[in-house]
Amino acid sequence: MQVELVSPERITFSGEAAKVIVRTVGGGDLEFLAGHVPFIGVLQVSAAKVISDEGREIFAIHQGFVQMSNDKVTILSDVSERKEDIDVPRAEKAKAAAQTAHDANPEDAEAAAALRRANVRLQVAAGELDG
Amino acid sequence: MPGAKERELRRRIGSVQSTKKITRAMELIAATRVVKAMQRSNEAKPYATQVTGVIENLTAAGTQVSHPLLRQAQKVERVGVIAITSDRGLAGSYNAAVIKAAERQIDAARTDGADYSLILIGKKAIDYFTFRNYKIDASYVGMSDTPTYENAREVAGKVVEMFESGEVDRVELAYTEFVTMGTQRVTVRKYLPLVSTTDMADKGDGSSDALAEFEFEPSPAGVLESLLPRYMESRLYSALLEAAASEHANRQRAMKAATDNAEDLIIKLSREMNQARQASITTEIMEIVSGAEALGGDDPATIQAILDYTEGTTV
Repeated sequence: MQVELVSPERITFSGEAAKVIVRTVGGGDLEFLAGHVPFIGVLQVSAAKVISDEGREIFAIHQGFVQMSNDKVTILSDVSERKEDIDVPRAEKAKAAAQTAHDANPEDAEAAAALRRANVRLQVAAGELDG
Repeated sequence: MPGAKERELRRRIGSVQSTKKITRAMELIAATRVVKAMQRSNEAKPYATQVTGVIENLTAAGTQVSHPLLRQAQKVERVGVIAITSDRGLAGSYNAAVIKAAERQIDAARTDGADYSLILIGKKAIDYFTFRNYKIDASYVGMSDTPTYENAREVAGKVVEMFESGEVDRVELAYTEFVTMGTQRVTVRKYLPLVSTTDMADKGDGSSDALAEFEFEPSPAGVLESLLPRYMESRLYSALLEAAASEHANRQRAMKAATDNAEDLIIKLSREMNQARQASITTEIMEIVSGAEALGGDDPATIQAILDYTEGTTV
């Protein structure tokens, strides 16, 4: 099964995989295997897991879309970062800032989204989702 | 001692030569930057293609939604004009052409009795329109040289907001399309409103498997809703990238022409200088000879003495 992670500026990942796990806005995790029905979904700020025979790759996804057709999974995302590409100090700083903004105004959707992004980044960077 | 004219020409040759060095350097820099800009433009294509592909699939599934970005105004009260120019000059007619195209859009809007809003990218357009007392609604500098997606998002966000709030009813985008290394074309595209999803899908390459029965989550309309803003950003981003590549290509050509001109000028000036030098030598010899004739007639000893005296000091 072909997998491609495409961000506006470049193709982040392209390769073969046995399964791909993503989380859609509905809240549930979706696992794609070869032969899945054609599918288009909107993704949450979450981690995407690409599992192949060689191992697994985890990406922090900042919203986007997933399209499955003809045994090819395409993930379109504004930002998709690999574990090693994540700037941890920056993400921590962003998290602190977002947390302050969110505490000040829990209604602020922008701050909540920023907080979630920072959290996903840090989780991916720390390898918490590797298991 | 060289004559005054010769000295003046020598000075000018020197100055043209150093200008030539600068233009040559700029030409080489622009050449490498075109390649980089083209590469970035190519790297951005998969995303744009995929986004259009998803829209194609949605259309094939028969999704019809009413989205603010699809709003067709009964009467266009105000036209938004986006112009993408560069921050720096020395790129031939690159900026002037885009500015002219944008100005034509404004004139057309006025003829139709509509007002205009200007969204300018690049210092050159800002200078031009500020000087002519146009009112500018938004301006951005520092992004036209190497645009990032973040830049595109910023501008697209502003434009979409203006459109959704009803501030503008139509938006035109003027930029320079990068066709090939040798051809760049000023283009004006309708940026908003989006005509229909079918229309967007038509712009795709038709490679998506539109016949497949797709499942959508949360729903076709929901997918389209979050997809349309991305589509707007992506379109602006590719326009920015093409404009950047065109800018560098134009600068390379302009600088090549400048270097060639400098070479021609150096040849012309050198010839003039040689002529001036020859003329002054001839004059001096004439002066010596006539001086000798006046002093000693045709006495060879006197002539020899004068020649010995002047040797090395003149010719």
